Amino acid sequence: MFKSGLWTNEVNVRDFIQLNYTPYDGDGSFLASPTGRTLKLWEKLSDRMKIERERQGVYDIDEKTISTITSHAAGYIDRDLEQIVGLQTDEPLKRAIMPFGGIRLIHTELEAYGRQMDPVVEHVFKYRKTHNDGVFDVYTDEMKQARHAGIITGLPDSYGRGRIIGDYRRVALYGVDFLIEQKKNAKKHILADVMYSYVIRRREEVAEQIKALNELKEMASSYGFDISRPAQDTREAIQWLYFGYLAAVKEQNGAAMSIGRISTFLDIYAEKDLREGRYTEEQIQEFVDHFIMKLRIVRFLRTPAYDELFSGDPTWITESLGGVSVDGRHMVTKMSYRFLHTLINLGPAPEPNLTVLWSRLLPENFKRFCAEISVKTSSIQYENDDLMRVKFGDDYGIACCVSAMKIGKQMQFFGACCNLAKALLFAINGGKDVKGSNEQIGPAIRVLTDREYLDYDEVMRNFEQITDWLAKLYINTLNVIHYMHDKYCYERIEMALHDESIVRTMAGGIAGLSVLADSLSAIKYAKVKPVLNEDGLACDFITEGDFPKFGNNDDRVDQIAVDIVKKFQTKLSHHYAYRKSRPTMSILTITSNVMYGKKTASTPDGRKGGEPFAPGANPMHGRDVNGAVASLSSVAKLPYDYAEDGISCTFSILPDTLGRTEEDKLSNLVALLDGYFEKKAHHLNVNVLAREMLLDAMEHPEKYPQLTIRVSGYAVNFIKLTKEQQMDVISRTFHEKM
Amino acid sequence: MLSAGHSTKRCDPVPVTGKIHSFESFGTLDGPGIRFVVFLQGCPLRCKFCHNPDTWDPAGGMEKSVEEVVAMISSCRSFLRNGGVTLSGGEPLLQAAFSRALLEACSAAGFHTALDTAGSLPLEVSRPVIEKADMLLLDIKSLDNELCKALTGAENKHTLSTLDFCERSGKKVWLRHVLVPEWTLDRTHLSRLAEFLASYTCIERVELLPYHKMGSLKWAALGLQDPLETLPLPPPAETAEIRALFKEKLPGKTVV
Repeated sequence: MFKSGLWTNEVNVRDFIQLNYTPYDGDGSFLASPTGRTLKLWEKLSDRMKIERERQGVYDIDEKTISTITSHAAGYIDRDLEQIVGLQTDEPLKRAIMPFGGIRLIHTELEAYGRQMDPVVEHVFKYRKTHNDGVFDVYTDEMKQARHAGIITGLPDSYGRGRIIGDYRRVALYGVDFLIEQKKNAKKHILADVMYSYVIRRREEVAEQIKALNELKEMASSYGFDISRPAQDTREAIQWLYFGYLAAVKEQNGAAMSIGRISTFLDIYAEKDLREGRYTEEQIQEFVDHFIMKLRIVRFLRTPAYDELFSGDPTWITESLGGVSVDGRHMVTKMSYRFLHTLINLGPAPEPNLTVLWSRLLPENFKRFCAEISVKTSSIQYENDDLMRVKFGDDYGIACCVSAMKIGKQMQFFGACCNLAKALLFAINGGKDVKGSNEQIGPAIRVLTDREYLDYDEVMRNFEQITDWLAKLYINTLNVIHYMHDKYCYERIEMALHDESIVRTMAGGIAGLSVLADSLSAIKYAKVKPVLNEDGLACDFITEGDFPKFGNNDDRVDQIAVDIVKKFQTKLSHHYAYRKSRPTMSILTITSNVMYGKKTASTPDGRKGGEPFAPGANPMHGRDVNGAVASLSSVAKLPYDYAEDGISCTFSILPDTLGRTEEDKLSNLVALLDGYFEKKAHHLNVNVLAREMLLDAMEHPEKYPQLTIRVSGYAVNFIKLTKEQQMDVISRTFHEKM
Repeated sequence: MLSAGHSTKRCDPVPVTGKIHSFESFGTLDGPGIRFVVFLQGCPLRCKFCHNPDTWDPAGGMEKSVEEVVAMISSCRSFLRNGGVTLSGGEPLLQAAFSRALLEACSAAGFHTALDTAGSLPLEVSRPVIEKADMLLLDIKSLDNELCKALTGAENKHTLSTLDFCERSGKKVWLRHVLVPEWTLDRTHLSRLAEFLASYTCIERVELLPYHKMGSLKWAALGLQDPLETLPLPPPAETAEIRALFKEKLPGKTVV
């Protein structure tokens, strides 16, 4: 029996976890190897994934069926082997169409893979409007121009916004019937003297949520499970939870479909089953391995343009492991180990996006275990629980890469990125875009190229004006997008697994931070001469003399970066955001640093036009000359309070540079993480890889089907990156010592 | 950040500025834990296998005060809890007064300190520096004096007296020896070295470092002819064999 408490009579998963979980301080020696069934099943999937790669990355498409929770009949990899079941369509890796984000996108997607639009589907969307249609009905000319110029970019106006985490644990803990009851009761109380639009909307949304929960039950029953009641053991708990998640990925092609914080929750069932002799460790690991396999084959149909932004077919099934409870007990359980152990049992993989919530209070054994998995697989990322726990408590998860939110109680409106390096060029060129035939995009302020050398104070004054304009335009654009997404592409099942009253944030983002900081440093500490084009605008720069560069723990430039972050977040927060959401900001580019760079002309820091930015908050490669600790110290100065949606940093190191012995390597990596997070840094991707191997993988991808590498906030199969992105990864700072 | 001028106002009798080649804030190969490594400019040796020939010229480098360097290191403190600071080079003993002052200041700031040296200066110069370090990373180029001269341009007597001094004063030593094909791979020599080291209780760990080519670009950049340009790398199997030999002859010491 579980210890009862608040959770017994109301939806309160956190209470259940806190009353029932067992912290584990031991090491990984209890872990079980894969079973014969697991190996066979993984081999089947690996073969199929090989075919997928041979078919340009898409195994098959069901272009005839509009995907919903119940649209497809039950599908299996191998019914006799699978211990956890459920597929998005009737066949593994077969992709579904989800047109509610935008029907035009489906055209592009099908065309890209040599398929035709199904006439019946096309006919339906003559009468059914989509999110994308809605957005473009409302966009202003200014919004369209800014989008086209790539100063605001990556916007979720034609694809699913994602970044919403359903509390899938609720399905297992309560069963669907209880959840439906709760929603019905809630709806009774959504009343007002006047039926204003927001009251009407909430009532309609809850009605949709109830329908989605009923569909969830129906889908599970097509696999032979009655999930109207709570799960009774580990296997059921995993299966129930997975059905909840599966319903979400059948209904939404979201840019990030995180799974939350499930391992410690599931461990409570596993501990009970072990205690009562229901299952052995081998059996429990088998359930976990089979479940993780399912997460590894979640697929969405996406366009080549999308791939350019978010490369490598990512789904961001982010699972947050570890962390510490507000009462001071760490939340590492045996299940945290089992999840990480799938990277050994099944080999490395980018998904699920395993994220360790690091704290100085984590047990040493677990820290070392994580370091070991990082060294072996380069598949995990680390985020600072000591920093996030203050804001989000002890039941938050990570949406996408670095966005923390309380599970089931908070969501965000994803806002992609503003290109701040480009904003600097607008500031110098009076709001005109030299990358786009010198067109006036921003406000027509004074052009600063009439002096021989740029004047720092003048540039800063103009930059203020440009970013004032940009912040306002950005939030307004996002307001349009999210209004329409709620209206035409509402996340029914994900929101059904939330409370009725939730916190919303409007998650803005910035790209090009290190380019901008270094450019401003060059203008301030060196001499920057603009090179003029035919219209008298700066299309290039000649920088004379040296200047401090971000990534060397040098306050002169690091403070510039800190100020940019503080100022831009403050500007965003001045504007009304849709549904009274709170504007926040991330410093995260995902892989779009390459594309943003392409759309940005030469900058005063010496970066040539078209060259990639550093990803996320990373210093520009090759400019951090005092080693990794100094580089990470610069990043650690960026204030999380002003970038609450996350600050991404990627650290890549050659195996031999991490330490002389295997033992040294692990303890050095642990010390690096401890030191970095003690400085209040937020996030770190860790890659331990040899450059020669990456070069070889470019030449012979077939030899490296599972080679995984962390990029800004997620992991990818290296061989699924475009050539351009592969080269960018390889040329990026690999910390090594001569 | 404090300037050099600040320290002269304190009328400190020790010259507190030094010539520094570079910093490595994430040193993982030069002493225990994560080390903030300060590479000092200038070296009296001319080792044929040198991978940092750009540190030779004592006139080069950046001038920094002890305070400036300690401030840089202190801002990385959270990373260095299980590690510390290592002075390397070049040969840090060539700037003995600066090195001593820097080690002293680092210790006062609470850092574990290591001195990475070839012990290539006489004890009257090196002793005051060594005394201020918590441990030494001591590089014996060759036990054979003639070979040592040919390989480095200098005799090994100061190195050996440095080791003796460490033994007498109980200073912890990680001993290093570079494995250079055609020069130091001779088994008789290596056996003799291992036997020689076995009697030193101050030696905690022996690091056998296979020669590598990562410095060859630097030779070219300096317009110098890399004397070992055509030399092959030591085969990994041979390195492993030599490690096994040292392990056998040095029970109780770590050999890596």
